[in-house]
Amino acid sequence: MSRFSDANVATAEEIISRYPVKKSALIPLLHLSQEQNGHVTDDAMRHIAELTDTTPAEVKGTGSFYEMFKFHPVGTYMVNVCTNLSCQLLGGEELLDHAEKSLGVKAGGTTADGMFTLEDVECIAACTEAPCLQVNYRYRHRITTDEFDQMIADLRNGGLDDIPSHGTLAQIRQTIPDGMGAGIVPPEQAREEPVWLARNRADDVPGSVAGGDDGVGS
Amino acid sequence: MTDTEKQLSTVTVTINGEAFQADPNDKLIDAAEKAGTYIPRFCHHSRMNPVGMCRMCLVEVDSGRGPGLQPSCMVDCSDGMTVETETDVVKKAQDGVLEFLLINHPLDCPVCDKGGECPLQDQTVAYGPAESRFVEEKRHYEKPIPISDTVYLDRERCILCDRCTRFADEVAGDTLIHFMDRGNNTEVNTFPDEPFASYFSGNTVQICPVGALTAKPYRFKARPWDLEETISTAWTDSVGSRITVQSSRNQVLRLLGIDADAVNWGWLSDKERFSFEALNSEGRFIAPMVRPGEGDDLVTTGWADALGRAVDALTDVDPNRVAVLGGARMNNEAQYAWAKLMKGVVGTDHVDAQLGDGLPAELVLGLPRATINDACRPGGTILLVGSDPKEELGALFLRLRHAVVEDGATLIELTPQRGGLSGIAAHSLHARPGEVGDLAAALVAATSGTAVDAGGVSADAIAAAAGAISGPVTVVLGRGSVAEAADSTVAAAHALNGLADVSFLSALRRGNVHGALDNGLAPGLLPGRTTLAAGASRLADAWPSVPSSQGNDAAAILAAARAGELDVLVLLSSDPVNDFPDYDLVCEGLSNVGTVIAVDMLASDSTMGFADVVLAASAPTESSGTFTNLEGRVSVMEQKVTPAGTSRPDWMIAAEIALRLGSDLRVDSPESIRAELASVSAVHGELTEEALAEGRIEGVLIPGSGDIELPAAPAGDGPANDAYSLRLVATRKMYDGGVALRNSPASSGLAAAIKVRVNPVDFEKLGVEAQALVKIVSGRGELLAPVEADAGVPTGTAAIPYSVDGWVANLLIDAAAPVTDVRVERP
Amino acid sequence: MPTHTYVPHAPGYVDNDGPKIVTSRFPHEDSYTLERSEATGGYDGLRAALAKKPSEVHDEVREATVLGRGGAGFPAGVKWGFMPPGKFPYYLVVNGDESEPGTYKDRLLMERDPHQLIEGCLITCYALGLAQCFLYVRGEMALAQERIAQALNDAYANGYVGKNILGTDFSVDITLTWGAGAYIVGEETALIESLEGNRGMPRLKPPYFPAAIGLYGQPTIVNNVETLANLPWLMLNGPSQYKTYGSDDSPGTRMVAVSGHLNRPGVYEIEQGVTTFRDLFYGDNFCQGIRDGHELKMFVPGGGSAPWFFPEQVDLPLEARPVGAAGSMLGSGAIMVMDETTDAVKAALRLVRFYARESCGKCTPCREGTTWEERVLQRILDGEGRPSDIDMLLDIADNISPGPYPNAAYPDEGLEAIPFPPKQTTICPLGPSSVAPITSTIRRFRHEYEAKITKRDSIPVTAAPVEGES
Ligand SMILES: Cc1cc2nc3c(=O)[nH]c(=O)nc-3n(C[C@H](O)[C@H](O)[C@H](O)COP(=O)(O)O)c2cc1C
Ligand code: SF4
Ligand code: FES
Repeated sequence: MSRFSDANVATAEEIISRYPVKKSALIPLLHLSQEQNGHVTDDAMRHIAELTDTTPAEVKGTGSFYEMFKFHPVGTYMVNVCTNLSCQLLGGEELLDHAEKSLGVKAGGTTADGMFTLEDVECIAACTEAPCLQVNYRYRHRITTDEFDQMIADLRNGGLDDIPSHGTLAQIRQTIPDGMGAGIVPPEQAREEPVWLARNRADDVPGSVAGGDDGVGS
Repeated sequence: MTDTEKQLSTVTVTINGEAFQADPNDKLIDAAEKAGTYIPRFCHHSRMNPVGMCRMCLVEVDSGRGPGLQPSCMVDCSDGMTVETETDVVKKAQDGVLEFLLINHPLDCPVCDKGGECPLQDQTVAYGPAESRFVEEKRHYEKPIPISDTVYLDRERCILCDRCTRFADEVAGDTLIHFMDRGNNTEVNTFPDEPFASYFSGNTVQICPVGALTAKPYRFKARPWDLEETISTAWTDSVGSRITVQSSRNQVLRLLGIDADAVNWGWLSDKERFSFEALNSEGRFIAPMVRPGEGDDLVTTGWADALGRAVDALTDVDPNRVAVLGGARMNNEAQYAWAKLMKGVVGTDHVDAQLGDGLPAELVLGLPRATINDACRPGGTILLVGSDPKEELGALFLRLRHAVVEDGATLIELTPQRGGLSGIAAHSLHARPGEVGDLAAALVAATSGTAVDAGGVSADAIAAAAGAISGPVTVVLGRGSVAEAADSTVAAAHALNGLADVSFLSALRRGNVHGALDNGLAPGLLPGRTTLAAGASRLADAWPSVPSSQGNDAAAILAAARAGELDVLVLLSSDPVNDFPDYDLVCEGLSNVGTVIAVDMLASDSTMGFADVVLAASAPTESSGTFTNLEGRVSVMEQKVTPAGTSRPDWMIAAEIALRLGSDLRVDSPESIRAELASVSAVHGELTEEALAEGRIEGVLIPGSGDIELPAAPAGDGPANDAYSLRLVATRKMYDGGVALRNSPASSGLAAAIKVRVNPVDFEKLGVEAQALVKIVSGRGELLAPVEADAGVPTGTAAIPYSVDGWVANLLIDAAAPVTDVRVERP
Repeated sequence: MPTHTYVPHAPGYVDNDGPKIVTSRFPHEDSYTLERSEATGGYDGLRAALAKKPSEVHDEVREATVLGRGGAGFPAGVKWGFMPPGKFPYYLVVNGDESEPGTYKDRLLMERDPHQLIEGCLITCYALGLAQCFLYVRGEMALAQERIAQALNDAYANGYVGKNILGTDFSVDITLTWGAGAYIVGEETALIESLEGNRGMPRLKPPYFPAAIGLYGQPTIVNNVETLANLPWLMLNGPSQYKTYGSDDSPGTRMVAVSGHLNRPGVYEIEQGVTTFRDLFYGDNFCQGIRDGHELKMFVPGGGSAPWFFPEQVDLPLEARPVGAAGSMLGSGAIMVMDETTDAVKAALRLVRFYARESCGKCTPCREGTTWEERVLQRILDGEGRPSDIDMLLDIADNISPGPYPNAAYPDEGLEAIPFPPKQTTICPLGPSSVAPITSTIRRFRHEYEAKITKRDSIPVTAAPVEGES
């Protein structure tokens, strides 16, 4: 049931085309499936295996290495409180304590209403702004316990603009307009020296122009 | 790379103060071992790519910039390198690793199958800490979980060496087990509902350095210190994989692969490894039997009675009314003795070890022959004709796969459908059944001229494949489908023999079939790769007589039987009812023979249904002898246990019958038979006891064609195409309805289910749902089977497994026709 | 395309009057847009590069001694020279996986000035003949992913990336990709594995650099985001100008994140080899002192993997060589400052737990040893320590990283500095990194450990933090 939707199959194919070797798309496709379903299902992994010429065991072997992939349902909102050293020094653990009490679950748990999963996470690269957390990978810096409660209340009451539901990361996708790409091909089809390297051997003025003479202007 | 291909120069390496010459292609750990210094290891396996995970093999290496700890499994030998393996630094590092490995290990050696032969246990006893400093709770997992029908995994014992997972991925290409999760929680596992269904799963059990992986047939059966072992050769197919047979209290309990560089590199298919179970099964003949009267069941009897019945039938019989089918299961010595009995004493040449599903003996013996290592040469080309080694010759499949994946050999297939090697083939040309000869001819023509369409394959595809042929060429030659006659494969062989620098590796699949050909169990042949004419003089002293004219092959023997022209038919461990590709002919033939004498180990449909006398034969583990593999390599099979019941070695049965017929075969042991063969054979002169002892691991390669000349190429066109029907392709699967598998508990459930696969284009036309039952109708019979669309099957063909439990495709096949056309229709 | 909600810049960057090579656009609220970039010299560095021969661009990078900013500080120009000639294709992999504890700079560079990074990638590809670049962003950084995606789309649309860039014969595709939560993927060979769709487990060395055998077995350059962000400025201003900043050994600037007990923690662009830790902690231009009224107890000078420093070391300049000689490393430019209220054992445990959680599991000593260390530390902290635990911890550490572990001098005890780097029984430095907090704190604050350890002999087995199903 949770194979990719038709639209996502198209997206998946576009993603695969962005890599010289299909298997490279495993992690992006696992993200896509998590975006579609909120977590990664067995059927999704089977589908990914089909699309990338791998086995489901390989897909899961790769996927399970990475913390962000959840193989069981999680809350609509993943609340990740950083407790690594920089945050610990400035109250990260106390913030986590507060979060546990306020949400009524221990770190790792999901609230009964399925809204929140709380996690105790490692450094999230906001160390100067401790204590900090992420909700579905959107940051909250120097957050107080009051602000935490307010945020949870806001999320319960219809959500916050900058926080999509779990699984969605970048909401802008890379797209290469037709004909604009240099051409992504498997390594064995790219054995030629790139043309511009010939300039290293040429005596003439560099900056040879491909199509016209509107070339390099500096 | 195989040993023969490696570069020959050496480098000087000093280990613990002693200098020696090392192969620069060797990793330090292997070089050290060859030089007598064993460095402990867990993850390293010399037949797989190094991963350097376990860190047990750390030693101090100085390549000129001062000593440092390095994993010796990762370090290449370089000139002037000095290595210390016993310093305090090394000891501390290795002890440290061992302690780390043990902290989460359950230490349940007393109840572990591996206890007594466990490298982890050995290292711990030798170097390990006396007492654990680890007082925390250990990691816990559910105790052994089945990861396949034959293999269990105990994750608590696993030390994450990556051997099984590397094997599955790199060697077998079945990436069905994998590391899951990360760090301290890393575990080996399968994907839910996708078991480790690999034909090669047993190898993981063999290479697991601890007791994490165990095989169902061996679990809790014995402790290693109770085991005795002997060297032998796997007998279920013709690769001749080298094995040790291990037994306890006169029971064979386990077979392990041995690393013979020329043959199987330590690997075995699960069929080679596990089907020994049949030897102790219910289906085993443990005493002779006779059929008291027409329509009666076989009843157990004594040897005197059974032999008497057999000898009566053979006494004063017209040799032309006697025939022999089979013999490929027996060892060389038995084959020689039976050839001598039937051809030299009884005087018939109607002897065929092949059952209509092989290739003409003169072709196999007359073509220039290649070894497995030849086929696997880096930079060479493998032309795979017909056969699917993954299904039929498991260990050869692994070698070919390695050659292509790791050593850059080029694989081109001329096969009826997609098979086990297609995924790594540079070109897959699927010939229409019956037309592989045309395809091969077109391919050869394309190497020096223009390509044309042939056998249903486009000129472009043929030209592309021809362009990819480079380096020495090895044709791996087998029958693609038993639903077509051998002629087109023969034609293909002749055509491909026209390529430059070409040699052939036979892919005849059945056990010791190549030994059978060498020992004269084929019409027109005599032992020593010789013909009736040429052999008569060689054998003049040793044999009472030699047949004067060429006899019948299996098909003609059965036709003669059907015509009432046979008084005696001897079945040498053969089951034509299941194996001969024409069911009607077999049944009508067998029921029209005066006396059917079966020499066999296991009850088959042929013996139970038709034999009048059953002479109980001892198993490959119960008698000594030798085996000849598809390269012509002779290796020993040593007796490990005493024969079951009153069963007797095959050669002894032949000698006994001869005596009773008043003729002494003058052989009293396997050694004496080998000595006689060596003295009469044009090619076996070098096969001495000394040579066999020296070739204990690698065997002794018997090269050359002897007196056999390649027969002329067959003439004739391919079969006409009938646009309204599909052509049947019936191929062997590793697990089928064969007797040995049926009697092996661990493997019997694995037999493929019957189904018919057609190309999606043909599937469309059927207008049914996937898996719907359809009727397959041939001129001979019909079959109901679920249908499936498969793009790996060319249009115009219908593919079925030749044999599955309870059903055999020979019901549909007319062996006299070049191809089998069928209609697939809604029932 | 979904409408993008405007999200303000993440805080943390502190603008001051020091030299700016990579942060010049940071103060602008729209610094990440193509418009702002173009208006402030964006892609002029690329134009300048394209006017030179590729080899000349490489020469300039070599001459400027652009040090890698990912941790090891290896000069980019030298690393680029390791590419075996003729073994095409070559690949560029940009390491934006920033996950080292305390590190917070690449994220800002990606969020605030993605075009500068793209330009840096293009310059590299031009110089070395790379036709395909992968920009690997940490999985948890959704905003960085979005801003780079938008920037790439704009750059493609305007002819800066793709086929025939700026009308020349130079063509490169840049693929944006991101991880999924695994610190180890920041290690360059693990990053390559991850890009190939595998578990992010480091590859064995040799080869020591993926320049020889990298992505898909091809020569591959892996560079840190900040390293590449330096290139546009370098192309426009030249090596000699670049070298007017910083010291002879370490020219230019670098970004540092200073976190912990400070009055003004933040991310600063500083001059390498000139600015000292004292300047950073106490200078008005920087962190303006330890938080009110407290004293410096210790600091981690270069990311969670660095051995710790103490007040004796504050006058060292931020420069690889002297810091290395003093027993630590500058690493990823992450400085974590702790005042006297900090519990040394607790702080050490926090970093050790990180390495235990993040071990990829490949090497036995790391997989088993880091978790063991964590559990012993936790036990000590829980009041269940045994007297022998301290020496046992040091011995476990020694089995992961044999020999004396790099550490700062401790003059009061007559202990000399043990210079960086450590030895290792493992494939990559992650396992040994777990040793840094342990040896640093035991050496200096053994009494804190002893105070927590009971005198009882029998110790209960700790409750099992078992992750496998039971
Ligand atoms: C455990 C470990 C984690 C690392 N994490 C990162 C990282 O997150 N970002 C980074 O740029 N380099 C990281 N590195 C360093 C990279 O391996 C590599 O040296 C660097 O990306 C090279 O870029 P540079 O030469 O431009 O510094 C890490 C190294 C190790 C051993
Ligand atoms: S040291 Fe640790 S993280 Fe690094 S490769 Fe080994 S197990 Fe993996
Ligand atoms: S045998 Fe070398 S690391 Fe395992």
